[in-house]
Amino acid sequence: MHFKPKQFLRNIPLHLMILPALVLVIIFSYIPMAGLIIAFQDFSPIAGFKQMNWSGLENFHYLFDIPGFKQVVWNTVFISVMKIIAGLTVPVIAALLLNEVRVGGFKRTIQTVIYMPHFFSWVILAGIIVDVLSPSSGLVNMVLKAFGMQPIQFLAENSWFPYVLVITDQWKEFGFGTIIYLAALTSIDTSLYEAAVIDGAGRWKQTWHITLPGIRPIMILMLTLSLGNVLNGGFDQVFNLYNPLVYESGDILDTMIYRIGMQDAQYSVSTALGLIKSVVSFVFIGLGYYLAYRFAKYRIF
Amino acid sequence: MHHMTTAYRWFQRLNYVFLTVLALLCLFPIVNILAISFSSSEAVEAGRVTLWPVEFTLSSYRYMLDNNLFLGSFATSGLRVVLGVTVNLIFTVLVAYPLSKEAVTFRSRTVYAWIFVFTMLFSGGLIPGYLVVKEAGLLDSIWALVLPGAVPIFNVLLMLNFFRGLPKELEEAAWMDGAGHLRTLWSVYLPVSLPSIATVTLFSLVGHWNAWFDGMIYMRSPEHYPLATYLQSMLQRANVSNDMVTLEQAQLLSQISDRTTQASQIFLSIVPILAIYPFLQRYFVHGLVVGSVKG
Repeated sequence: MHFKPKQFLRNIPLHLMILPALVLVIIFSYIPMAGLIIAFQDFSPIAGFKQMNWSGLENFHYLFDIPGFKQVVWNTVFISVMKIIAGLTVPVIAALLLNEVRVGGFKRTIQTVIYMPHFFSWVILAGIIVDVLSPSSGLVNMVLKAFGMQPIQFLAENSWFPYVLVITDQWKEFGFGTIIYLAALTSIDTSLYEAAVIDGAGRWKQTWHITLPGIRPIMILMLTLSLGNVLNGGFDQVFNLYNPLVYESGDILDTMIYRIGMQDAQYSVSTALGLIKSVVSFVFIGLGYYLAYRFAKYRIF
Repeated sequence: MHHMTTAYRWFQRLNYVFLTVLALLCLFPIVNILAISFSSSEAVEAGRVTLWPVEFTLSSYRYMLDNNLFLGSFATSGLRVVLGVTVNLIFTVLVAYPLSKEAVTFRSRTVYAWIFVFTMLFSGGLIPGYLVVKEAGLLDSIWALVLPGAVPIFNVLLMLNFFRGLPKELEEAAWMDGAGHLRTLWSVYLPVSLPSIATVTLFSLVGHWNAWFDGMIYMRSPEHYPLATYLQSMLQRANVSNDMVTLEQAQLLSQISDRTTQASQIFLSIVPILAIYPFLQRYFVHGLVVGSVKG
């Protein structure tokens, strides 16, 4: 392409509009990316950037030697994969059930209520969840006791904690997840159902052969886009619900990055772990977008 | 449909019951918190409060109004929302407009777009981000909560996809009248984009109101905490505590903490969200559907 002076002049305002945002993104996103080099240094907060002590891969070796490191990686993947699976099934089922409702007012009311927890932060919801699951006075355990069962320490037992995370995550997000599927359901061609009725298909057969195939593209899209979350166990949720008793089953990469970095002030070790997470996540996000583009013609912009 | 089988009729009834229970599950904790906040501490500790206040009292709210840390953090959050949302909105529109142009007329578009989108795919992570904010001298300043997230890329993408859907004739007519880019954006694009602007405004409003982590790491003194961070530190100190050693100690801690005070603060912090909820529902749905099922 050759240079077009007239177009260039006309586009100057466009460049100027972008410039301030570009500067901010460089400062707060790109400089931190460059700052990832401290993963290969023995960075001291006091000496700052002036003094560079290269340490090669020492921080990575240190990390891999931390007892329980493998467990943290496993916890992260286990929790996020379970969340991804739950996030793909629960909202679909809820949307299908809502779709069978013929009373408009009822449907709208249910929708209004189930979207709500999405807008509250994990700080608030964790406060509520700790209350509801409390072994002494929480509602869930009061019900268990009423049935003659022993109270369960949901937030202090490793056999329960990851499942509490997945269930409470769905409690917060499933309603919101139904929005997309309900939108997809309304776009299914109604003449397909009419034809099916003539062929004698019941509701169940209609759902299985028309509705589900109809929303399959959206389900695949959601699956591919959620691939990028494989190393996100959900920091906000875990951080506000966990405690040392359940580190064994609930500690995830992000909470470990936080504790090593902000609590122990081991900046370089924390950054090394952050770097691993960022690189692996980048591969998964990239893969997700690629697959979304291939199979659902999805484009980011 | 026309002829419902008995089985389907039964399914319908069960479905209504099931969905009602599901909705109540979502609603219950909020009602529970509200009931606790208006009950006496003794009734709450005895586990006698579920959906309705027991031994009604306003003492927890009265106590809270004397709590300067709570009131201060409420004000900080208010300021943060005003500054943060304004800054977000300005950058969303200013970036989305040029990027919505075709690559034929604005060649640098694709390069710019990738520079912005790349920040969604890869990040420097916690410590490098913290060090930049620290070196910039922003610690303990409200700008530390506003500037690092000043350009909300997701909102930009939403807005630019909306701009691209507008008829080309709009822009051409504006150019015929001698309007430049800024004028076209301001008096032609923006007036027809109000629903989308409402959507991105609400996105960033909820985001700023709920954000707690940046407040925790960038604010060194609790007097500068935004509300969400203040609540976080209060609840963490009180509930199954982070620095506890044994279960017995944890139980002791949760007994001496005043749950009615906590509940009233939790409830007041969600009042603003509840107040704008009708708009949230309307425009979030709009934005999400536009943003995700657009192709």
